[in-house]
Amino acid sequence: MARKIKVLVAKPGLDGHDRGAKVVAHAIRDAGMEVVYTGLHQSVEAIVQAAVQEDVDVIGLSIMTGGHLPICRKLVRLLREQGAQDKVILVGGVIPRRDFEPLRELGIEGIFPGGTPLEETVAFIREKCGDR
Amino acid sequence: MDVARYVKDDKDVIQDVILSSGIHVKPRYGPEDLDAVGFDYQTDLGEPGQYPFTRNLFPQGYRTREWTTRQYTGFGTPRETNERFKLMISHGQTGLNVAFDLPTQMGLDSDHPMAEGEVGRVGMAVDSLRDFEVAFDGIDLHRVGAGLTINAVAAIMLAMYQAVGEKLGFDRTRISATPQNDILKEVVGRGAWIFPLDPAIRLIGDTIEYAIESMPRTNPVSVCGYHIRESGATPAQEMAYAFLIANAYIDEVVRRGYEPDRFVGRFSFNFNIFGNLWEQVAKFRAGRKVWARNLREKYGVENPRNLWLRGLFAGGGSGLTKAEPENNIIRGAYFALAAALSGAQTTALCSFDEAFTIPTPRAALLSLRTCQILMEEVGMRDTVDPLAGSYFVETLTKQMEDKICEEMAAIEDRGGIVECIRDGTVQQKLARQAYEFERELEAGRLVKVGVNKYASEEEQEVELHEYNEAWAEEKVRELSDLKRSRPARPAADALRALEGVARREENVMPALVACCKAYCTVGEMADVFRQVFGTFQEPRIF
Repeated sequence: MARKIKVLVAKPGLDGHDRGAKVVAHAIRDAGMEVVYTGLHQSVEAIVQAAVQEDVDVIGLSIMTGGHLPICRKLVRLLREQGAQDKVILVGGVIPRRDFEPLRELGIEGIFPGGTPLEETVAFIREKCGDR
Repeated sequence: MDVARYVKDDKDVIQDVILSSGIHVKPRYGPEDLDAVGFDYQTDLGEPGQYPFTRNLFPQGYRTREWTTRQYTGFGTPRETNERFKLMISHGQTGLNVAFDLPTQMGLDSDHPMAEGEVGRVGMAVDSLRDFEVAFDGIDLHRVGAGLTINAVAAIMLAMYQAVGEKLGFDRTRISATPQNDILKEVVGRGAWIFPLDPAIRLIGDTIEYAIESMPRTNPVSVCGYHIRESGATPAQEMAYAFLIANAYIDEVVRRGYEPDRFVGRFSFNFNIFGNLWEQVAKFRAGRKVWARNLREKYGVENPRNLWLRGLFAGGGSGLTKAEPENNIIRGAYFALAAALSGAQTTALCSFDEAFTIPTPRAALLSLRTCQILMEEVGMRDTVDPLAGSYFVETLTKQMEDKICEEMAAIEDRGGIVECIRDGTVQQKLARQAYEFERELEAGRLVKVGVNKYASEEEQEVELHEYNEAWAEEKVRELSDLKRSRPARPAADALRALEGVARREENVMPALVACCKAYCTVGEMADVFRQVFGTFQEPRIF
């Protein structure tokens, strides 16, 4: 039997508004995937460590404060250092349209700002991880 | 959780209306409905300004005193914040509501590694008394009260407020601060917690005790249903959980030997307004009654003034949408109308751009004007509790009262609010409800205009508040300058004294005031507490 797709839902930084993160976590779990939630106030280092330890396929970040670019830049760099650059990265929260391109340049394709239909996020993960 | 659910037949005729709290609305109401819910004029309604205060805290409502407007304000460095305070006051705002950045809320100085990218972003960065001296410069603190949106380190910020008052020539007995200081709701909803629940609740007890003895015009706690609702609670749960949390803080102070009548009159609340207008109005009318009865029956409070459900009833961000953001201007106006019809004593209104970020001055001013127009032009000051006597509103108020009491009982049956928050029961329930709400919205069973009905493809451009990285650099520079230039010995002594009282479980407030006056930083004081208390271990369930 195929292994379930495993997703780490993470809240990087100091912001504690986790309603959105938990809603997405529910949707992913209801879609039959396995979800690990980091809890609040995580450093990027701790998120990378959790992703490697838990051997997840996907890292989903929820960022509401506007710090998504530096956070994602650091995440991508640390994943590469760990040899874990194969993990699919999603970012959600308050992400203005003008930042989509800089995020894509970092190699982040899954950009799902608040208000994105849940099914879209789930479908994206399936598409990216389906053939694993 | 938000808008009501409408069940319609194939001709678009409404067959049923189900409010977020689960109450069904009928197509018409009459005297028989009041009988059916057991409505009694004297016990359920009574006179405005009299127990159980369903109608209002004051006999003539807004005729004798209009509401206080308190827009949430603060960003960047204390200098920027001071300018914005003065701008809002010059436009007729009557109170302050201070926003702190996340590092400050989390007890970290601006130069902490976790603060990177966050200094001054969502509020004002405060490291030491120096920052308060700049932020409150030129503001008459005897006249203008300040809400301080701070929780885990509220005791530190209350001490800082006393210190700045005294430094700027204001008497601690005459200044009025309202720190939010509600750690249990932080764990439920807003996430800015640091210490384990028991010492965190003890710190709240310290601030209440200190306010009783030393700061008679300060309201040491503002219990927030607001953020609980933002996290997915129904309006009935919002009230119920806030009341239980308030009771937990009362119990902490009673344990120290204080009579409730000596301090419960200082409690204030912060509640949320969005969604169905009638449900909001009924929530506040019922809430005033439930709170007054709770204090009288559970705690034996006798002085009628101490039974008041005082507080900030504020238009909430969860009701706003990112789609077609200008629609939020209109939504905000209806939220403010609901606040006025509910007899809000103090109000604030989330600005239309707050679905994205903190407001621009233009958006903040528009929110203030919305509140002012209601008071000055629309007739909200004419008569007290204008909806009283409506068959519908009185029936709904009574039903809402029952719902609030049911929700309170359900938590009490599961071991009480502190335990249900400690183990994540409440958080899990609200996260589930938030998820179900999104599902209902996506399925079109709940409607938000411009989102899932009448949505247009066109994107509305709105001007947004811009974060300036230079603020952080300036703040870090100032902090290193402070640490170099302040007398080192008094600061170190003050911190050592703080550690001593924290370990001995004595009231920490006098030691905190001494630390603030010695220019110890927020991070240094919070670190003392981290060492003594440890940190909260969050239940990571959802």
